[in-house]
Order: sequence, then structure tokens, then C-alpha cells
Amino acid sequence: MSRTARDRETHAVGASVPRADGTPKVIGTARYVDDFPPMPGELFGLTVRSPVPRGLLNAVKFDPTFDWSDITVVRAEDVPVNVVALIAEDQPVLAARHLNHAYEPILLLACADKHKLLRAKQAISLDIEPLPPVLDPEAALQNAATIWGTDNVQKRYLITKGAADTPTPEDSLPAIDAALAACEVRVTGRYSTHHQEQLYIEPQGVIAWWDDKGVHATGSLQCPFYVHKAFLKAFGEDASRIHITQAVTGGGFGGKEEYPSIIALHAALLAKKSGRPVRMVYDRKEDIEATTKRHPTLCEIETGCDKDGTLRVLKMRVLMDGGAYVTLTPVVLSRGVLHAAGAYSWTDAHIEAAAVATNTPPNGAFRGFGAPQTIWAIERHIDKVARTLGMDPLDLKRKNVLTLGASTATGQVLHTSVAGVECLEKARAASEYDHKRALRSPPGSRKARGIGAAVFMHGAGFTGSGERYLKGKAAVDLLPGGKLLIRTASTDIGQGTETVFRQIAADAAGVPLANVDFAVPSTTVVPDSGPTVASRTVMVVGSIVESAARSVGDRVRAEQASSGGTYAEAADRLLAREGTVTSLLQYSPPDYVKWDDQRYKGDAYPCFGWACFIAEVEVDRDTFEVTVTDFWSATDVGKAINPVMCRGQIEGGALQAIGWALWEELVWKDGLIKNPRMTNYIVPTALDAPPFHTLLVEAPFSFGPGGGAKGIGELPMDGGAPAIAAAVEHALGFSLDDLPLTPERLFSKSLTKGASL
Amino acid sequence: MKLTLTINGAPREVEASPTARLLDVLRGPLALTGSKEGCGEGECGACTVLLDGDPVNACLVLAGQCEGREVITVEGLADGQSLTPLQRAFAEHGGAQCGICTPGMLVSATAYEKTHKSLVTLRESIAGNICRCTGYQRIVDSIERAGDADRTGTFGSVGA
Repeated sequence: MSRTARDRETHAVGASVPRADGTPKVIGTARYVDDFPPMPGELFGLTVRSPVPRGLLNAVKFDPTFDWSDITVVRAEDVPVNVVALIAEDQPVLAARHLNHAYEPILLLACADKHKLLRAKQAISLDIEPLPPVLDPEAALQNAATIWGTDNVQKRYLITKGAADTPTPEDSLPAIDAALAACEVRVTGRYSTHHQEQLYIEPQGVIAWWDDKGVHATGSLQCPFYVHKAFLKAFGEDASRIHITQAVTGGGFGGKEEYPSIIALHAALLAKKSGRPVRMVYDRKEDIEATTKRHPTLCEIETGCDKDGTLRVLKMRVLMDGGAYVTLTPVVLSRGVLHAAGAYSWTDAHIEAAAVATNTPPNGAFRGFGAPQTIWAIERHIDKVARTLGMDPLDLKRKNVLTLGASTATGQVLHTSVAGVECLEKARAASEYDHKRALRSPPGSRKARGIGAAVFMHGAGFTGSGERYLKGKAAVDLLPGGKLLIRTASTDIGQGTETVFRQIAADAAGVPLANVDFAVPSTTVVPDSGPTVASRTVMVVGSIVESAARSVGDRVRAEQASSGGTYAEAADRLLAREGTVTSLLQYSPPDYVKWDDQRYKGDAYPCFGWACFIAEVEVDRDTFEVTVTDFWSATDVGKAINPVMCRGQIEGGALQAIGWALWEELVWKDGLIKNPRMTNYIVPTALDAPPFHTLLVEAPFSFGPGGGAKGIGELPMDGGAPAIAAAVEHALGFSLDDLPLTPERLFSKSLTKGASL
Repeated sequence: MKLTLTINGAPREVEASPTARLLDVLRGPLALTGSKEGCGEGECGACTVLLDGDPVNACLVLAGQCEGREVITVEGLADGQSLTPLQRAFAEHGGAQCGICTPGMLVSATAYEKTHKSLVTLRESIAGNICRCTGYQRIVDSIERAGDADRTGTFGSVGA
């Protein structure tokens, strides 16, 4: 039977099938890490952390009157190789002497009695010599005090295009300035964004133990092979003796990309020293304080355009706060800088970016990964250009949005799956933007209404040659009765990996959805598919799953064609004859993807997802409280494998962005977080969330699975904040360049002379 | 101390320390780990259970306060082997993503469906349950669809 004929029989892809993991989740039997019953002899683990943002640890004192007999203590000298393996290997598993940020782990305690463990923590005192911290990224860049490397700079990038693409880098800046000077209209602006906490509802947690097979860790995590790599480095164990397994995970959003390596190392160190299983689960306060957050970013932009609104020249400077250690900052900065030019066409561009260290907890992965910060800046700036020109912002965006054949700031020519215009027009029509934009709130009314839009794109998959280096793998096994088992390291953290992979595999193999199973991601069982990040799970790993499932299905059908019987009988014959029937495949990116990592030029991503978000708000002129009354979006996903889940991703991401824009604010004082609780770090509730009107646009990516799926995870985080700001600006009549838009900030901004548009 | 209470319809006797929270007793000796601890201070709602029919945060209720009272957790919502319309709707219509808020969300939604509809709006009824995944639209849709199904008795099948 031909594949086309099979496709007609099965239609899992494109249908909103129920969640594969839905039943255990709705009846309360899904096992998250802290739901596992205690293992025999299990201890609770706890971390003692730095109370200062910078200092020298002179001594740790243990109260001699306390009974330490049943307390396990792990210190820096107990760590075989005291490094968290990631990009820079600059972060210790436990600080020995230099304390570089508040909440930095210093020592670990474990005890069977939770209450005694807390008392043990009280019985420890730290002798610390405080040093003046560097908390401001600008000060870090000036290198007033060196706290990291030789100049505090964790990473730099430069992107040049057109006039700025000079043979020698020194000539680039004068060249872009000359290009700007030649423009009819020039606009400058400065835009800033703040920290954001992922605030997954399940805090970080791991259970670790050692036995004759080696070391085991089970936990709430996105990337089991990251933890595997960290264990390899810190313990020096053979790879085959490290077993990392994902438990059902209660949200990640990037927060469980790299951080779980640390908590897992801590639990495993305590387990090693005590010889007992150790459970470490953070409470909310510790989770907010100690784990990674979104990088605060400052962007300065100068642009030049024609009087008719044709954008010409972009000059931009991006400064990111990396926090005390590098974690994933170079990659976050990369994605930030690659999205800095927005969804628009520029003739000439000069974008320079730096990430610096400060004495704050390391910032790390968070959905969008640097792009929401730079897209905030460019979207706000384009709105400012529109005001300068007297144009409607959406008209200006429509005029300049990248289309088929256009080239991005890195010189990537877009030749497939480009849907910026379609998204813009669909959201514009559905929201009645033009009509609402023309309305003006009566000056005397207490409530001011506004509507605003953001247009944006997000690269799917790893940047540039990332997928080529990574060589992600996935496997599909044939099981008795013709069933399939998908084995990948891609974790389901709520986004629906397990369900969507089953849909892709079922159609590719031509079997019913119920005949496809999904292996729990455990490093001992699954191949390394690469991490569950970067909007790559469906598009990249999903496409390997599709090929592998097709290959297994084809083998069974060939057997069926040659020797007859049902599909299930043919599968059993194959298995009886060959023992195992597996297709293990490796990802190969589309051939056209060419990327120059040195010059930062070429195809930054194989394709982009596109979107237009439109927010409607009501602002109380007395209290400056913002209510989001409606939210419209049109999002190009390539192909919606499961439309309900697709909408869930878009709406959930949009609300995280709305929260970032309006309510979520970490309050810092002297390097410490003053509001590390859900009581005062405010995330949106059902009453804060607007009704979402979500349109799916499908501009298929021919290398994507299921008929053209693209990455969708991060994209919706990019546009919420600038759309909200544009709407609030429309309502209040003054410009807004800095997040968050809390009532206090709006009030003080309203008092600023000359703030009026 | 010894505590007698009704859990999910069955009388239970448990040993609990005087400082134990209802959540500790549920997740510990009763092994009902469906109720989750997301914040421990009554903000996230992941531990929502019904106490004599009203939704409460089990992290803010002392176990001792529950003597002789009736507690229903997510594990007690389904009738025997079949899911309630609300549970089915959450699995089918995107109400559950990562699932960590789902037990508490379902308990609040059940209280809304059963007793609170005339007192609060749907969104008010789940305002004490934080979800970080969905943006709430799919949750609202799931609850509305379950309500429709309840009235008409024509809930769709779960499918493959």
C-alpha cells in the first residue's frame, strides 16, 4: 500500500486528540517527583546559601551543642570535580571561598527528620567577609570592579549588514552613522526589560540514590542529558553508570532546562556521602531566590527611514545582565541579538551586543530566550517611529514586515514559510483594530481604553549550525502486535510532547493512535535527542520520530506484502525473526541552512514562526491599574498537529508575557530579592487574564513533520508585552519604554513633563 | 494525636501531629498525593480540596480542624471507574497541560458546578487557582463544555 493511501486512513495529525497523559493528571495519580513514596532509608536534603551578594567565606561554624550524629554534611571539598558542566564551567557546585551572588549554595545537609534538618540549618553560622557587589550591568560593563574573567563580559556579538558590513570591523560604526545621517527621518530610543521568574507551579525537586548500577536521579526536569553531562563531570563516573529520569514535570518554561543539574548534583552528593537516597524539593521562596530567571536587558536604538515610512538603517546596542555565572547566557544573548531587528526589513544594520556578569543569581533559560527582550525594544521603537511619522504603527509594520525573498539582518533570504503579512492582516481584521484605534476615550472618563499591536517572528530550532553539531537522535521500536514505542529525550513538561509525538508517529507508520506508546525519558533508555528547548521539539525531534516511525511501518508492511496476514501478524513475524525491530535516526537539517558562526551571517534558523498579537486594555486614570479586556492573535505554526494544544501554547505564552508586562516584578535591595513569594510576586489569575481569540495560520515548513509543523513554544512569549504597551500608550497618551508597566511606574511616568505623545 | 474524618466518602482514622496541616495528612499518612504543594501559603491553590463541600487550601487548614468533617480531594471526584464530565473535558479540551494545578482547579470547578454557580462567576470560582501554562482560556472552555454536557447528558467519547 502506498503511503498516500495510508495517509487517507489515519488522521491523527491535525486532530485535537485528548492528552495522552490526561487521565492520570485529572484523577490525581500522575506522579510528580514529590509524589513518590519515600524510599527505604530516605533522607531529606537542604541547602545552606550565601546571605550576601559578594564576599569571602572565611569559615563555617557548627554549633557544638547540637547533635550532629544523624546529619550528613557536604562541603565544597566533598565534590570530586567542583564544577557545574555547562558552557563556561565557571560555576562551582558548592562555593568554597568566593561568594558571587546571594543564595549561592555553600553547603548541603541531609537528615531523615525534616524538623531536625531545619534546626540543623539554624545551628550553622557562616563567617563571611562581605565585599562591595557589582549589581548594575552598566557598571559591570565599565569594569569598575572585576567580578568575572578579566572584564566582566561573558559574551559579545556583532551583526552587520549593508553599509555596516565593512571589511574591517572598526569601520562599521562610522559607516552605519554615515548611513543614518543620510536618512530623511531619524529616531532614537532606549528600552529596558526586567527580571522574570518562570514560576512553574511545581517547584524544583530531585530524588537521588546510589547503588551497584551507579548513580540515579529522578526529578522535575526538561533535559535529562544535561543532568547526565553534569554528573559525568562532577562525579567522573562512567556514562553507563549515570541514570537520569524525568518524573512528571509541573511546568518548566526554561526554568528546568539547566538548573536541575544543580539540585540533582546536590541531592546526589548528599546521597553519596550518606549512602542513603536523598530527596531535595525546594519550597517556593528558595525556588524564586536561587534558581535562574529571565535576563534583564537594555537596548539603545537609532533608526533611519524615508518620510513615507520605508525603514532603512538600524543601529542597536544590546546589554544583557547575565548574573554571577555564565549558565546559558551566550546562547540567550545570541537568540536575543538574532531577533533584535524584529520582523522587519533593513537595508543597513549594526547590532552590537554584550552580556556582563553582576553579583546577582545567574540568569538563564526562560521561554523566548532573549528574544522577548529585544523584540520589546524593536516593537516599542517602531511604534515610536510611527508616531514621529504620523503613521498608524500597524500600517508602518505592514509596510516593512519581512516577506518572501526579503533578507534579515544576518542576510538570511527568506524563501519558505513566511506569513508575517497574513498574520498581521488576520489579527487586524478579527480585532477590528482600525475602528478601535480611531476611537478616543472621552477626556473626562475615568477609564481610558486603548488597543495596540505587536508583529514578530521567532526562529524555530537551534541557532545556525546548532542542530548540525548536536546530531539529535530519536528511536521508534516495534512492539508485539504491531504497536510502536517512541524513545526520545524530549520531555513532556505540559506542552504536549507525548501526545503530539504519538500523533506524528501514528500517521507516519499508518497505525492507530492507540497503538503508539511513549517511553519515559530516561538517559538509560532513550537516545540523546538534544534538549527540550528552543521551539525544537516538534519541528526537529518530531521530524526524526516521523521518519523513524515511517521506516518501522514500512518494514512491517513489506513483510505483510511478502508473506501475508494482518499488520499485527506481520509485525510479530518480523519480531520473532529479528529479535528487535528499531529505527534509530539522527536529525539532518535542511541542506540550504548555511551559517557563519564567526561573522554571524547566514541562515540563523531554518525557518521562523510568525505572529501578530493585538491587545485591548482599559486603564483606570486614577489608580493606573490596567485591565486587559480582550486579546487577539494570529499565529503561523506551519501545521497544527493538535490545534487545541497549539492554542494552549499560544495563550499560555501570551499570558506569561502579559504578566511580565503588567504585574511580575522582582524587587531587589542590595542584591537580595525582597518578594520571593507568590503573595508578592504577582502572576496573573483567571480574573486577570483576558479572553483569548486565537487564530491559527498555517504556512507549512516543508521539512517539518505532519505536513509542515514549525516550533511554537517560545513565539507567543515575544509579542505580549509590546502589544500591551502599545495599547496602554494608546489609552494614556504617553510613551512607555520600560517594563514593567505597574501602576506606580505609569503614575510617575504620567507626571514626567514632555511624556505626552 | 488521633484524628477521625471522612475522606472521599470513607471514614478514616489517622495519626497526626498537632501542627500538621491537612495537606500533610493527605499527602503523608493517607497517601493521597493528588493535592499538590506549590507555595505553602494559600496563593497557588494547587492543594485545593473540598471541606464539607467548600473549597479550601489544604496548606492553610490544620489537620486538627478537620475532626469529624468531610474532605474530598481530586482522587474522590470520579465516580468509580468513570471520569466526571469536568475531568474528561480537562483532558480533551486543553484544560490540563503540565497538570500540577489541575487537581486543585478541578476541585474548585466542581464546587462551582455543584453549589457556587449562583454565587460567583466561572472565572471568580477559579481565581484562587494559579495556572502558569494555559492562559486559562482552555480551562474556562473545559468547564463550560463540561457544564453543557452535564445538562444535556451528551458528553462526547474520549476517543482513541
